[in-house]
Amino acid sequence: MDYFFDLLLGGLTRGSIYALIALGYTMVYGIIELINFAHGEIYMIGAFTALIVASLLTMAGFQGLAVLALAMVVAVIYAGAYGFTLEKIAYKPLRGAQRLSPLISAIGMSIFLQNYVLLAQTSDFLPFPSLVPQFGFMKPYEHIFSSSELVIVTVTAVSMVALSCLIKFTRMGKAMRATAQDRTMAMLTGININRVISTTFVIGSFFAAVGGVLIASHIGQINFYIGFIAGIKAFTAAVLGGIGSVPGAVLGSLVLGWTESFATGYVSSDYEDVFAFLLLVLILIFRPEGILGKSKVSKI
Amino acid sequence: MSVWFMLLTFPIMVIRVNTVQKTVQWKWERMFMLGVGVFFLSYLWRYLMYRKENRPKDEDKIPWNQRLLSEKKYFYPFISFVFAFSILLPFFVSEYRVNVLITAMIYVVLGLGLNIVVGLAGLLDLGYVAFYAVGAYSYALLNLHYGINFWLALPIGAMLGALFGILLGIPVLRLRGDYLAIVTLGFGEIIRLILENWGKFSKGPSGIANIPKPGIIGLEMNRSQSILFIYYLMIALVIFTIFVVERLQNSRLGRSWVAMREDEIACQVMGIDRMRTKLAAFALGATWAGMMGVVFAAKTAFINPASFTFMESAMILSIVVLGGMGSILGVILGALVLILLPEELRAFSQYRMLIFGLSMVLMMVFRPQGIISNVRRSYEYHEPAAAEGD
Repeated sequence: MDYFFDLLLGGLTRGSIYALIALGYTMVYGIIELINFAHGEIYMIGAFTALIVASLLTMAGFQGLAVLALAMVVAVIYAGAYGFTLEKIAYKPLRGAQRLSPLISAIGMSIFLQNYVLLAQTSDFLPFPSLVPQFGFMKPYEHIFSSSELVIVTVTAVSMVALSCLIKFTRMGKAMRATAQDRTMAMLTGININRVISTTFVIGSFFAAVGGVLIASHIGQINFYIGFIAGIKAFTAAVLGGIGSVPGAVLGSLVLGWTESFATGYVSSDYEDVFAFLLLVLILIFRPEGILGKSKVSKI
Repeated sequence: MSVWFMLLTFPIMVIRVNTVQKTVQWKWERMFMLGVGVFFLSYLWRYLMYRKENRPKDEDKIPWNQRLLSEKKYFYPFISFVFAFSILLPFFVSEYRVNVLITAMIYVVLGLGLNIVVGLAGLLDLGYVAFYAVGAYSYALLNLHYGINFWLALPIGAMLGALFGILLGIPVLRLRGDYLAIVTLGFGEIIRLILENWGKFSKGPSGIANIPKPGIIGLEMNRSQSILFIYYLMIALVIFTIFVVERLQNSRLGRSWVAMREDEIACQVMGIDRMRTKLAAFALGATWAGMMGVVFAAKTAFINPASFTFMESAMILSIVVLGGMGSILGVILGALVLILLPEELRAFSQYRMLIFGLSMVLMMVFRPQGIISNVRRSYEYHEPAAAEGD
């Protein structure tokens, strides 16, 4: 039974990380119907920035939670800046172009960012310091649920609630929902579309960076390629839950996290990534609109 | 703008930490270079943007490449020159160069194959390399277990490619464009992971070695002769591919692909079977990949799953995109440029993927039609006298 709980909680942690990244996909897709392929790279850049800042701070003599908090803040700001720039360069000029164009531009951006980090930093795995301190009260449960896992799950839950409130109750959230429903109409009612889209990218990047920092500190190593697989899986999660829907992204991520966790635990660990893709293919065949998504009827 | 980029790239470009030895390298000179570079590039960007928005509309002018292909006066000399040039080329360059040229031609065919799927039918396939892997492994394994030779493996590889294309196509082709991209990407990764992990079947990451080169019965060839042989074989295959793709493009099927790309609903209204048309595109695209897989396995004599990563798919895709989606000449040129140029610029080889990525973005922003654009077929109205023939 312990093994089962171990897998359950492991799946929950994984799912939480996927959820943080999947949110960015879902939000961007909801508003401009574009798969932001480079989103995984933002997550990777967030992790790298945090690594650099954390090492500098540690060398300067800071310790414990202060390092985590500062590294997190800097990583989030930088990831947001990257997300903003990315949208301005690669997507904004292509608004209104053929459907395929922004997608290809996104893939190009993803390859570019990967190689940029590869060349500027290194192609090796960098060890990432464990930034989360061990909590005293977690001692008895340490063997099945570590402190960093607790932090990941908590942060994800808090972020979800914060995001839901943002979308539901603020002016910006209202503008976002309006833009998602009908861009032209939103423009006519005086909403600054460009600002809304930029904000969406920036917020999505914030979450990706948070996810990047947490998972890197949990696993303990990063390289330039982590964003790619994480990005695809998070996208899978977003599709699973119904792309465009925020609760759907969370649900899908948890389902994906548990599927992977149990499948690798009980079947075989060699095929970890295969399970994720298999799940994606199955979902798309039987329920293309996702678990919580609404199917859209295309009209002429 | 320059300052913004300097700030943006500051941590990753300038600081390089070593977490093990707790040391930091500061590379300020990089920041300076970047700042100056971006300063000029931002003006270039604005200029190009300005030009894009204020482009004069000269649609009557036929581009030179179209004249080259459509007017017989230019076409035949051009083709015979290219043909003679490629026949004679291996006698003037080194063996290594010939090998590179073979690789380039493999990519020409792959690009043309993917062009059917992406350029004509408008289905973004990011797992194209999976079919390539299928072809390569089918030759390697069939040869290993049953001793099947290259000539038999070539059609088998092509057919297996097509079969996999259909198998993948049936479930996923109902999906909209972006989902399709992700699923094909996932499929490509699945194939690679299976090849890597199913050791009994594919020998795992260590790969399969000693794959025989193609030969003619009763003719012994040494190494350089067999390279030459593959070179001429590839020329024949390239010509064959161009011929087939050209015929396909103007066939009923090709026209319906293009129509499907433009408007699916209108196509269905016109009575085009959506599934069958898309499946045909997928299968025909995969056929070429399967065939090239066989040639690739024969050429390198060694294959392992590491040759079939997503980067390979991305490379083929960028060939199609840079060359010009839907245009045969464009794709050929794209493949030659993308494969031969990095070979010549060895010093920049580590920046290759960086430049690929960047050029994909810039191409989409400034010249979505590619280096050589495909002239859209348009209905021309002629005087009724011309139509009285029937």
